[in-house]
Amino acid sequence: MTVAEAAATALATRHRVRPLEALPWVLAVAAFFALPEYLAVGTQILILVLFALSLDLVLGYAGIVTLGHAAFFGTGAYAVGLLSAHLDWHEPITGLIVAAAAAALVGLVSGWVLLRTHGLTLLMLTMATMTLLHELANEQENLTGGFDGLPVEIDPVLGLLRFSPLTYSGQYLYALGLLFLMFLVVRRVVYSPFGHSLTGIRENILRMHAVGAPVRQRLVTVYTISAAIAGVAGGLFAQVNAYITLDVLSLERAATALIVLILGGHGRLYGAFVGAALYMILEDELAKEFPEFWQFGLGLVLVLIALFAREGLTGLFAQAAERFRKRARS
Amino acid sequence: MESIDIPSIVLGGLAYGMLLFIVSVGLSVTMGLMGFVNLAHGAFAMIGGYVVVTLMGGLGANFFLALLAAFVLVALVSVVFERLLYAPLYRADELSQVLLTIGLVFMMIATVTFFWGTEPKTIRLPSYLAGPMDLGFTSFPAYRIFMIGVGAAMIVALWLGFERTTIGAQIRAAVDNRRMAQSLGINVDRLFTMTFALGSGLAAMGGGLGIEIIGLNPQYALNYLVFFLIVVAVGGLGSIRGTFLAALVIGMFDFAGKRLYPEAGAFFIYAITIAVLLWRPQGLFGRR
Repeated sequence: MTVAEAAATALATRHRVRPLEALPWVLAVAAFFALPEYLAVGTQILILVLFALSLDLVLGYAGIVTLGHAAFFGTGAYAVGLLSAHLDWHEPITGLIVAAAAAALVGLVSGWVLLRTHGLTLLMLTMATMTLLHELANEQENLTGGFDGLPVEIDPVLGLLRFSPLTYSGQYLYALGLLFLMFLVVRRVVYSPFGHSLTGIRENILRMHAVGAPVRQRLVTVYTISAAIAGVAGGLFAQVNAYITLDVLSLERAATALIVLILGGHGRLYGAFVGAALYMILEDELAKEFPEFWQFGLGLVLVLIALFAREGLTGLFAQAAERFRKRARS
Repeated sequence: MESIDIPSIVLGGLAYGMLLFIVSVGLSVTMGLMGFVNLAHGAFAMIGGYVVVTLMGGLGANFFLALLAAFVLVALVSVVFERLLYAPLYRADELSQVLLTIGLVFMMIATVTFFWGTEPKTIRLPSYLAGPMDLGFTSFPAYRIFMIGVGAAMIVALWLGFERTTIGAQIRAAVDNRRMAQSLGINVDRLFTMTFALGSGLAAMGGGLGIEIIGLNPQYALNYLVFFLIVVAVGGLGSIRGTFLAALVIGMFDFAGKRLYPEAGAFFIYAITIAVLLWRPQGLFGRR
C-alpha cells in the first residue's frame, strides 16, 4: 500500500466507530450498578462532560478561544428555572428544548456580532457578553431571584424517572441518556464535511477564506450549535440541582469547562469525558478538605499542560499508543 | 438616597480611573509588545497589595516605603516568571498563553489564601491621608485627592519616558513593528523583559494604592482582572494615551453608575465595552 493509499484509507475510515469508544459508556453504565452511593457525583460529572463537550466544538474543532461559554450554560439553566418558577412548567424534556432554543438564540445573536473579531478582542467580548448576562440576571431580581437564587421544581421524566433527593438513579440515567444523544449529534457534526471545514478554519483561516469557504457563516453556525448543547447542559444542571444561583453565569463556571477540556484534551471528542471525570473526582476528594492545595494543584497542572502537554491526557495517551505501535513494528 | 453630588462623583470616578490606569498600563504595553495574553497581571497587583499589608501591618513600615518595596519585589519576581514561563510561549497560540496565565492566577490565589487567609485586608493610612479634605466647594476624602495626584504624576512620568527617551522610542518602535525594530538592532526580548518588570511593578504599586479604594482579598486577582483587561482592550494595546483615556472613562462610568443606579451595578461598563470593541475591534487608540 502506498503512502497516498494509506492516507486515503485513514481519511475514509476516520469517522468509523472504534471498539475503544465504547469504554466510557460501558464505564458509565457499570458505575450505575457498582457505585450506587456515588450517583450524585456521577450525575454532576455527566453534566460537566456535556458542557465541556459543547466547548470542544467551538474551541477544539473551530479554534474559537472563548472565556464566556457559561453565558449559554446559564441561559439554559435560567430558561428551565424561569419556566418552573413563573409559568408552572415542570415538564423536563420540553423544558430542555426551551433551554436549548434560548441558548441557541443567544449564541446566534452574540456569535453573529462577535465572531468578526479574533484574538484578545474576541476573548474580551465573549467574557463581557457573559458578564452582561450575569449582571442582567442579578438586576432582574423579581424574575431570577437575583443573588439569592431560584428554586426549580421538575416533574418525573416521562412519569418514570423521579428527581428525588434520596435516590439519584433516576437523574443519573436521565443525564446519561441525554449525554449519549448529544454526543451522537456532536460526533456527527465533527465528522461531517462541515466539521472538516471547521478544522480547516482552525488550522489556517486565511487559506479557508482563499478557497472561498464561507468562514464566518460556518463559525456562527457551530457557535449556535455549541450554545444549544451548552444550554441543554445548563438546563439539566438546573433540573438536577433543583436550585440555581448567579454562579451558573460566572467566569469560574466558564473556566471550569475550559480546564476540564484542556486537561482531557481538546479537539478529541473524548477529552471532555476524561477531563470531567478526573476533575470532579479529585474535587470531590480534595476541594473541601484542602481548598488551597486543590487550587494550587489545579493551577500547577494548567501551567504544566500549557508548557509541556498541549494535547491533554487523551493526547498523551495517543502519543504513547503511537510510540508503542512503532516499537512493535520495528 | 442621598442627594446627587456631582463634584464628588466626578472626583471619585477620577480617582478610581487613575487607579485603573496605574494597574493596567503595564499590561497594555506588554500585550502591545508581544501580543501575549497575560491574565496573571491582576494577580501581580494583588501580590503587591499583600506585600504592602504585610510590611505596614507586621513591621510598621511607612506607606510610601511599603509601596516602593512592593514595586521592586514584584518587578524582580515578575522577571523570573517572564524568563522561565512566559518566554517559551511567545510564539505559541493564545490558548496556551491563557492556560499558563490562568494557572498562575490560581497558584497565586492559593498561595495568598494559605498565608493570609480569605478575609479582606485593610491598612492604616498616614493621618494626613486618612480624613476628609475641604476643597471649598465640597469636602472629599483626602486619599482620593492623593490618588488623583499620584495618577497625574504617573501619566506625566510615563509620557516623558515613552516620548522623550531612547528606550521609550525603542518600545514604541517595537509595538508598531516588532520585526522591523529587531532588524534595526533593537533587542526586543530584553526590552520586553524590562517593560514587563516595570509594568508588573506598577501593577503591584497599584495593588497597594488601591487597598483603600477597591479593597484586597484573594479573589481580587480574578474579580478585577476583567476590569483591567477591559481598560486595555478598550484603550488599544500598547497605547499609553488610550489606556489612560479608557481608564478614566471606565472609572467614571463605573463609579457614577454604581452611585446613581446601584441596582444596575456594572451593567453599563460591559455594555460600553461591547459597543466600543464592536465599533473599533483594535480599541480606541490601537494600531492595525
